[in-house]
Amino acid sequence: MDLAFTQEEEAFRAEARVWLEAHVPSVPLPSLETEAGFAAHRAWEAELAADRWSVVDWPTRYGGRGAGLIRWLLFEEEYYAAGAPGRVNQNGVSLLAPTLFDHGTEEQRARVLPSMATGEVIWAQAWSEPEAGSDLASLRARAVRAPGGWHLSGQKTWSSRAAFADRAFGLFRSDPDTPKPHQGLTYVMFDLRAPGVTVRPIGRLDGKPAFAELFLDDVFVPDEDVIGEPGQGWRIAMSTAANERGLTLRSPGRFLASADRLHALWQDRGSPAGAAHRVADALIGARAYQLFTYAAASRFLAGEPLGPQSSLNKVFWSEYDIALHETALDLLGADGELADTDWSERYVFSLAGPIYAGTNEIQRDIIAERLLGLPKGRR
Amino acid sequence: MRFLLDAEQRAFADSLHAMLTAADTPSVVRDWSRGDPASGRALWSRIAQTGVFALAVPEEYKGLGVRPVELAVAFVELGRHAVPGPLVETVTAAALLAGTGHAERFLPGLAAGEAMATVAYEGAYALDADVAAHRFSLSPDGLRLAPGAGAVRPCLDPARHLTALLPGGELLTTEPPLPHALTLARLATAAQALGVGLALLDRTVAYVRQRVQFGAPIGSFQAVKHRLADAKIALEFARPLVLGAALTLTPADVAAAKLRACEAAYTTARTALHLHGAIGYTAEYDLSLWLTKARALRTAWGSPDECRADVLGTA
Repeated sequence: MDLAFTQEEEAFRAEARVWLEAHVPSVPLPSLETEAGFAAHRAWEAELAADRWSVVDWPTRYGGRGAGLIRWLLFEEEYYAAGAPGRVNQNGVSLLAPTLFDHGTEEQRARVLPSMATGEVIWAQAWSEPEAGSDLASLRARAVRAPGGWHLSGQKTWSSRAAFADRAFGLFRSDPDTPKPHQGLTYVMFDLRAPGVTVRPIGRLDGKPAFAELFLDDVFVPDEDVIGEPGQGWRIAMSTAANERGLTLRSPGRFLASADRLHALWQDRGSPAGAAHRVADALIGARAYQLFTYAAASRFLAGEPLGPQSSLNKVFWSEYDIALHETALDLLGADGELADTDWSERYVFSLAGPIYAGTNEIQRDIIAERLLGLPKGRR
Repeated sequence: MRFLLDAEQRAFADSLHAMLTAADTPSVVRDWSRGDPASGRALWSRIAQTGVFALAVPEEYKGLGVRPVELAVAFVELGRHAVPGPLVETVTAAALLAGTGHAERFLPGLAAGEAMATVAYEGAYALDADVAAHRFSLSPDGLRLAPGAGAVRPCLDPARHLTALLPGGELLTTEPPLPHALTLARLATAAQALGVGLALLDRTVAYVRQRVQFGAPIGSFQAVKHRLADAKIALEFARPLVLGAALTLTPADVAAAKLRACEAAYTTARTALHLHGAIGYTAEYDLSLWLTKARALRTAWGSPDECRADVLGTA
């Protein structure tokens, strides 16, 4: 058992650090939830991709470095420590790409992944519907057979990044006559600018159009944009959800950097004793999350499945993130009210954490039933 | 980087767990609490035979060399089974004596489990000094062999006997390796607390699966599930802190592990008490053996505030 990285891994870390020092914008980019900020973040993805830093763990043929999980974790630590911008293609890279690696065809990977790696195509997720949130399997948007493909109809909502994104992926009901709601669903990729798609941006808590409603009216998608077998979408999406909650959505690097910034802010403000407890807890929580992730990565590399363990992860980071940012705004005092600071942007973003990617109540049910073995009951 | 216990370490934990399960530790704890340490001494010997105390003793004094990861693994199991006695203190004493002129005099006996040791700052309480063969006190001028101990104070955890050591006694060394010893004390306490929390969670999960109210096991109710899920999260994020601290032994990592393991154990204790209802609030029911220990370990070898100060570097 050890926490030591190899010389090659440390060399990789050093190479990333040097590149980031030379390239990270000295002035923070505008919020990626605005039109101008979205464009600036898309350009940043292209800059990362030009030197193969956008998706280091992917195979080289899709734009990555084949760096593997450990080096990806090290890259993420360096990335956030350098104060580099948020990742506008997170939905594509963390949710769709792992699905394509596990369930897509080689043709789909070759077609979709390179433009995702460069930010040329930004992806939005399209899971929720007005009547299907935590109970996602009750979704009603339809996929109807058409020559050479499918027609999508219905409504999706809370679609993150969809206000400015290019394409989206989600689940559609391809067979309305199945005994159970999670059967008869199909996993589809579609163009947000296709005929029949209407995107209505929704202002999140601070008014920025961070997500959108999607209205689909006989939108044609070719067969080549269906992932896996039609009707198998639930199983495929749940493997995505395991990725999302697991190792790839929130790397420890992000929280280690945030905790260090909070510690610095606390010291800047004269190390007030009243906040010491919360600042210490932020530092400890980041270290706990890092070591938990190292342990999970070690198990994964030893061939053990992660499974419902990822639910522990999701509850932990989402609640941790809010507590850290609440502490920061309290330390800022009157400046904590301002909406145009880095802290406020991250605070607003953190508030959504316990809601998306499966609410924390759903995660706690999973922990209780699948990790602790408690009997199923009514939600 | 391979942050996983190896097969040998897992086998060590499993064998200790099996031995302690068979030893009926709750009855040993009851004897110990009543002031009858015979069964506790016998158990101590068996624990020593598995090599637990030798893990804190250098090889030249009949130990296995100081092995913090294995020590942490062992203390998780000792906590899981609520083993009584000055476990952390014996390990701490071994760390204080290694490298001093008195190592040969004390360490082989500690490694072999022939003697229990307790240690405390002068003026502070020592654990189980009424049973320990050696009582060490940390005075401003160094490490002393205390001449005796005062009366045992009644404690919330009846298995912990606190007494003040008498001042003075033989001066063993003027320069004990205090930071290193304190690090091991905190690490062992953190691991022990983690084990206490894991046992409380297991027992409570078993209870809510069979306790029926309103025609259903109470473990099927979401309000119950979510409290247990939170306990599981707290414990599973404390575990890597404990093992990580055993590897790095930095003061900040060890303080973080101590704080989080003890908080996780205590949170789990509160949940366990609540979900058991009134039966959990009785001394007679064995859950109390772990409930009271979870409280005691929070402040043993570093209060939450002291640990946070070490994390912030403001201590």
